[in-house]
Amino acid sequence: MSKELIRLVDCRMDFDGETVLDSINIYFNDSEFLTLLGPSGCGKTTTLRIIGGFLQPTSGDVLFDGVRINDVPPHKRRVNTVFQKYALFPHLNVFENIAFGLRIAKVPEAEIRERVAEMIGIVSLKGFEKRKPGQLSGGQQQRVAIARALVNRPKVLLLDEPLGALDLRLRKDMQNELKRIQQQLGITFIYVTHDQEEALAMSDTVVVMDRGRIQQIGTPEDIYNEPKNAFVADFIGESNILDGVMRADYVVEFFGRKFRCLDRGFAKDEPVDVVIRPEDVDIVPPDSGHLCGTVTSVTFKGVHYDTIVDFRGFKWLIQTTDLHQPGEYIGIKLTPNDIHVMKKSVYSGMFGDYSSYSAEYDEINDPDAVIGGEESPEEALNEE
Amino acid sequence: MKSRFLAGPYIAWMAIFTVVPLGMVVYFAFTDNSGAFTFANLTYAWEYWPVLLRSVWYAVAACLICLVVGYPVAYVIAQSTASVQRVLYLLVTLPMCMSFLLRTLAWVALLRDTGLINSFLGLFGIGPAPLIRNSGSVIMGMVYNYLPYMIMPLYTVIAKLDPRLIEAAQDLGCGSFQTFRRVVLPLSVPGIVSGITMVFVPAVSTFYISQKLGGTEDIMIGDIIERQFKGNLNQNLGAAMSLILMVLVFISIGLMNRFTDDEEVATI
Amino acid sequence: MRRLGKIWTFIVYLFLYAPMIVLFVGSFNNGKDLSEFEGFTLANYADLFRDSHSLGLLLNSVILGLASAALATLLGTVAALGIHSLRGRIRSLVMTLTNIPLVNPEIVTGISLSLLFVFIGRYMLGTENILGFGTLLIAHVTFNLPYVILSVMPKLRQTDPSLMDAAQDLGCTPLKGFFKVLLPQLLPGIISGAIMAFTMSLDDFVISYFTYSSKFVTLPVEIYTYTRKQIPPMFYSMFTLMFFLILFVMIGMNIVQARDEDRRKKHIKA
Repeated sequence: MSKELIRLVDCRMDFDGETVLDSINIYFNDSEFLTLLGPSGCGKTTTLRIIGGFLQPTSGDVLFDGVRINDVPPHKRRVNTVFQKYALFPHLNVFENIAFGLRIAKVPEAEIRERVAEMIGIVSLKGFEKRKPGQLSGGQQQRVAIARALVNRPKVLLLDEPLGALDLRLRKDMQNELKRIQQQLGITFIYVTHDQEEALAMSDTVVVMDRGRIQQIGTPEDIYNEPKNAFVADFIGESNILDGVMRADYVVEFFGRKFRCLDRGFAKDEPVDVVIRPEDVDIVPPDSGHLCGTVTSVTFKGVHYDTIVDFRGFKWLIQTTDLHQPGEYIGIKLTPNDIHVMKKSVYSGMFGDYSSYSAEYDEINDPDAVIGGEESPEEALNEE
Repeated sequence: MKSRFLAGPYIAWMAIFTVVPLGMVVYFAFTDNSGAFTFANLTYAWEYWPVLLRSVWYAVAACLICLVVGYPVAYVIAQSTASVQRVLYLLVTLPMCMSFLLRTLAWVALLRDTGLINSFLGLFGIGPAPLIRNSGSVIMGMVYNYLPYMIMPLYTVIAKLDPRLIEAAQDLGCGSFQTFRRVVLPLSVPGIVSGITMVFVPAVSTFYISQKLGGTEDIMIGDIIERQFKGNLNQNLGAAMSLILMVLVFISIGLMNRFTDDEEVATI
Repeated sequence: MRRLGKIWTFIVYLFLYAPMIVLFVGSFNNGKDLSEFEGFTLANYADLFRDSHSLGLLLNSVILGLASAALATLLGTVAALGIHSLRGRIRSLVMTLTNIPLVNPEIVTGISLSLLFVFIGRYMLGTENILGFGTLLIAHVTFNLPYVILSVMPKLRQTDPSLMDAAQDLGCTPLKGFFKVLLPQLLPGIISGAIMAFTMSLDDFVISYFTYSSKFVTLPVEIYTYTRKQIPPMFYSMFTLMFFLILFVMIGMNIVQARDEDRRKKHIKA
């Protein structure tokens, strides 16, 4: 898209002997909206603080425009931060909070007025200049925090869960607004969140992190449609994850049946994780289904029904707009598009009821086997 | 990270001017005036045990009276409207900023045989009542001087009490006395403990109050210590008695704190 | 029940203020004895303002109070910053150290310091006359320090730790960030600590009594030496004047505080 601005090379961070970041390699392009996404403790905030200069990596390099900046203190970096709970200065009013960085930089008074006024316009806070932070609502404080950072015209804006403290409505509005501001100013945004919806909605690039490691980097569509491992599949959206075996290119076997898929490049008979998104599954009459099961529970979610279907002990989540009552015997249909195959990883077998081995698997395997498999499921699990 | 070194000068100051001096007290307590090690001071100091016992008994009495007198006052202050609370609290703290020597002297003028109260009683042909130079007047002097130290922590605790707890207790069938006994009082234990500590320590070690308001029988341990140092009598004996006083205070504070700790454990 | 409580409260306040009223009346008394009113006069006040000795004592107390409060506030604030970043064992050790002067009987603190001073004078400086302003100052700073620390620490705890990050993010060096951002948040605590230190020092008698010498006498120590003699009534006038001075200062502080609180409440509603 454009040139590279920041690069982390083999960045490692240890706190008290505990590894928080495990040799991360990542680069950030100019003017992109990049999101670090992951559960708490995954290292996303640590990564952000390393870029901001508040932490120095235990080992590895931080490069800015190709120059190593590990030892440059925060106040000398052309990077500004929007902090988690805003960190507005309680003793200064809105105007002075926004003007703070400019005053430190000894910008002439006239220019300060002009630039702060412009920023106040951008974040729509006209008329609030004289208020103290304590007199503002959460959303307004958020805008001040953004204005205070952006008025310094940083090359990069770091945002640490900036919408976490807002209620749902406001969060949606602010998402749009942040995206608008980012596009209007053309600044690189590095955004940290644990909210996958937020990440998918706003970002050009999403970086999924867990346990101090990068799990996947890609566009929101890539991440959602082609998750690299069970963790990403589970964390982004909802999914049914099951054990499968790659029988050949474009052929995967699970539940004792072979299915066509779009994936290739695996070894023959390589055990894999198979992801099926709940909204991709079509419910059909039992006689025309690839698999048949019994509906065990239904929850109305507004747009759709969350339908749990029991396939002889394996419970799948299926999202449909049609109501199927509990107890109903149904069939499902899967097209190659609906099946995503992933390499086995440390996360295999960790998520949900869906992929774990159980004795009932054999029951499915034997009587209903259309194409018999010599590969027993235990071996698949042993691959871990 | 480096900011923790800022505590350095302070730690050095406190080490030199609180820990070392206490070490000196211990040193003097165990030596005679030629510097030789001895237990004589402590054994000699032990002969003053009736004085020590009296000091403790006066201080305990003052604590209990302060608690009984101060609790309702703290409660009334905490229940008042915000502006009244401010005024009443200010009036409790104000006396603490004023010379306690002069205020104690004023009590002498009130209590003595030719004093204001006895003159007033004299108008009705009563008295003069023996209001001064007895244990009662000493304890009263302590209560007077240290009552604010009791009211303050009690007020702080009661004012912080969530009014919904009282409503909840009433909702669950407590009458006003039951509510007080089962909810308000247990929750004010931390205030009671810190109030008692704040009254007990200065009361048990006072020497001025007993000198001005007490009789010859009302000598307290503070008086003895003061005399050893200011009367140039026996500093080593004074140090030994200080050591005993200090140990006594630390033990009682330890006991009191244990009381709150247990309380916390019980509520968990 | 409620009424009874109010009556009781009134009686207790009367008890607290009765001796002070006696002193107020005594300050206008034409006689020397507090228990006998011999006619109204302002002579005691006139005496006070003519008497350079008594005013000098007051001045001594004020100088000592200001100096010890300033020193304790500076040292204590810096210490609070340090203690705040300490963790675990060392932190609780330092807090125990802080508590010693608070829970130790004043008389023990006083004599322990005097033993130290005399020891240092005799064996390190070769003088028997070490006691004076210096020793008083050290003693007062020592018992004032915990009050400063205990009033600054809560403010530090209330302050969002990312404020300092934010200041640095916006271009402040750590030192500049401290003065521009952290100090304003701590200021209320620092000021109340300083005021507390000043009043404690001004009113201290017991510890001063063991660490002073005739070279530098404070007001409370002088009043104590009148134990056996009749106190000159002008001290009652001084007491009365100081009472109203302190009363007005406290009322002023209260009004400021109340206004602050009201404003905060209004914001929350808005």
